[in-house]
Amino acid sequence: MDMLAGKVKRTEATINTMATRPDAHTAPDRPIRINAEDVTVHYGAKQALFGISIEIPDRAVTSFIGPSGCGKSTFLRCINRMNDTIEGAKVGGTITLDGENIYDPSLDVVELRARIGMVFQKPNPFPKSIYENVAYGPKIHGLARNKADLDEIVISSLKKAGLFEEVKDRLNEPGTGLSGGQQQRLCIARAIAVGPEVILMDEPCSALDPIATAIIEELIDELRENYTIVIVTHSMQQAARVSQKTAFFHLGKLIEVGPTSDIFTNPVHKQTQDYIMGRIG
Amino acid sequence: MTQLNSFIIAALLIVLLGFAYQSGWARSRKLVTANGVKIHSRSQYHGALVAIWVLIPALLILGLWAFFGPNITRAFTVTQIPADVVATLDQPALNAAIQRLQALASGYGVSGDLAPYEQGAGAALRNFQLVTFLIVLAAVAVAGILALLFARSRIDARLRARTHVERIINLLLLACSAVAILTTVGIVASLLTEALRFFTFISPFDFFFGTVWQPNNSGTAGNYGSYGILPLLSGTLMITAIAMLVAVPIGLMAAIYLSQYAHHRLRAFAKPIIEILAGIPTIVFGFLALVTVGPFLRDVGNLVGLDISATSALTAGIVMGIMIIPFVSSLSDDILNQVPRTLRDGAYGLGATKSETIRNVLLPAALPGIVGAFLLAVSRAIGETMIVVLAAGNSPVLRGNPFEPVATITVSIVNQLTGDTDFAGPQSLVAFALGLTLFVITLLLNVFALYIVRRFREQYE
Ligand SMILES: Nc1ncnc2c1ncn2[C@@H]1O[C@H](COP(=O)(O)OP(=O)(O)OP(=O)(O)O)[C@@H](O)[C@H]1O
Ligand SMILES: [Mg+2]
Repeated sequence: MDMLAGKVKRTEATINTMATRPDAHTAPDRPIRINAEDVTVHYGAKQALFGISIEIPDRAVTSFIGPSGCGKSTFLRCINRMNDTIEGAKVGGTITLDGENIYDPSLDVVELRARIGMVFQKPNPFPKSIYENVAYGPKIHGLARNKADLDEIVISSLKKAGLFEEVKDRLNEPGTGLSGGQQQRLCIARAIAVGPEVILMDEPCSALDPIATAIIEELIDELRENYTIVIVTHSMQQAARVSQKTAFFHLGKLIEVGPTSDIFTNPVHKQTQDYIMGRIG
Repeated sequence: MTQLNSFIIAALLIVLLGFAYQSGWARSRKLVTANGVKIHSRSQYHGALVAIWVLIPALLILGLWAFFGPNITRAFTVTQIPADVVATLDQPALNAAIQRLQALASGYGVSGDLAPYEQGAGAALRNFQLVTFLIVLAAVAVAGILALLFARSRIDARLRARTHVERIINLLLLACSAVAILTTVGIVASLLTEALRFFTFISPFDFFFGTVWQPNNSGTAGNYGSYGILPLLSGTLMITAIAMLVAVPIGLMAAIYLSQYAHHRLRAFAKPIIEILAGIPTIVFGFLALVTVGPFLRDVGNLVGLDISATSALTAGIVMGIMIIPFVSSLSDDILNQVPRTLRDGAYGLGATKSETIRNVLLPAALPGIVGAFLLAVSRAIGETMIVVLAAGNSPVLRGNPFEPVATITVSIVNQLTGDTDFAGPQSLVAFALGLTLFVITLLLNVFALYIVRRFREQYE
């Protein structure tokens, strides 16, 4: 019920956003889902992000690229408030999801994270069975009324993550026993199971071999139909292949953002050009 | 005098070693500049090798002297006592006479009148000691210098000094671990043999399954008393159980709070304080139990109509639990911190709350390690003595009521070994059988705990 109500409200918000931002200059055919304005992050005394402003379009893949340590993960974690769990991290500026400020004190972080799922660099399945891994999110959010419901969610999530065929006979075996690529798809299934609208992925393929990577990229391409996806990657090719919009970060600043094809064929800034050509980072 | 001598020898050795190291180092340095040949080992290793070469003969000589010296001195001393006097002395009297001469020689003087020969003999002994000391000193110096020259002459570019030094270090480490292992083996062997002797008096069946503990401390054959371990074992287990009931929840929750909830400034301050608790001597906890906790529990019992004696399993168990809290909490804290951050992030990323994350992800992942920590804590509780001596009431009777006094294995060992002990009868030998039982119990617990902890580590490597 709650979920439904949320959906309705959100749709209205989406329409509003569309109305106020008709240009949406980077992914022209997509409404803006997430809007960050002047976001700064401090880790203790050290400033990691300097005034980041970016718009993230709905149902498209946005990629963050940039040299190591430039703040891609930090910014990604701002979007679902994972920085809250890091002691000493302070976030400034505003980020809105469908026009709603996610740093509003009255906002429920738990609900936010259910709406914005996350997949991490290293596959991190819980030391539980494959089934339990996927079922965990729906359980804590009370998404299933009974066992049959839960089974249904688990199976459809595994299918969406393209893992079901490979694991259907061993749903009760530990998730940690899968291969790295399978584990990562399990983590994607786990994120999908909660029914998020946005999925954040922090270098989801960096621990995987080329074949597993190709599978995940294909998956991302499919998920784009239904989810807003933000992906951090170190691979130019990957950014070019899977994303429609690309943002280039350098030393905590957002240097350039635009349609992926523009960034890769026709970058405006010299730094972007250098990075893409492999001259920095 | 002897302290001074040892000091001189040590100083000589240190100077010699320093010199040896320096000279080996310098000599190998020269090789470097001369002709650009590739040198196998760096200069430090050449220096160390020369120093080791010096040390070995010196230690050998000192060892020989330490072994044979006293006998040689004694033989000499006897020659200084006139033969007719020696003839009148029996063994103890001869020893006494020798001791008097040694005291004279060392310059401390002796009580009583001097026998006519004693003054001269003392002086002669003194000279003898001086001369032998100088001889030893010279021998050490000469052997050291010869070894130094020899080792130095061996230095060349191809000498594998590094390999030699590494091998010697290896041997040294081996010797040290051998000491530790042999000590353990020795202790177990002596426990075993003495326990077996005990079992020649009392049958193992009566010991392990007997329900009455009533040693007759002045008894003789046929009248030794009863040595059933069950009352002690039940006391031990009861106190341990109470201690764990106190320590496990409090310690675990403290660990969870400190590692997951506390602000880092609070943690920096609270963690050391909890660990200070671990540094309090157990006898102090014993005091606390005897003077404060026991009477308090008795009064509380009176209020609610329970008959709690001031010294009881409950008192000892509670205080022992308090003592173990820091042990449990700091081990659990380490283990909780070992759970990878990515796992926690995974749960938070799904929208789990803090307590859900802890309950569903952190604790299950850390469980084997925490169980291991608990078992280590149990084995500590089982072996604990001082608190129990003071606070458990020492009543070795088989009963299940924690409000009454009990006795434990450790306390009974103390009781059987205080006072006259000649290790001829079961009264004192039983201590070994009890010790062996205790040892086997804690050993099994430790092995089991380590096994679990290791499995836990592997999971994340
Ligand atoms: N928990 C933290 N505490 C303190 N400083 C941090 C923390 N996490 C990141 N930083 C710092 O913030 C800056 C940005 O880090 P971030 O992890 O966002 O970089 P990144 O772009 O994701 O790099 P990479 O490509 O290597 O993953 C770095 O300088 C890093 O040292
Ligand atoms: Mg990163």
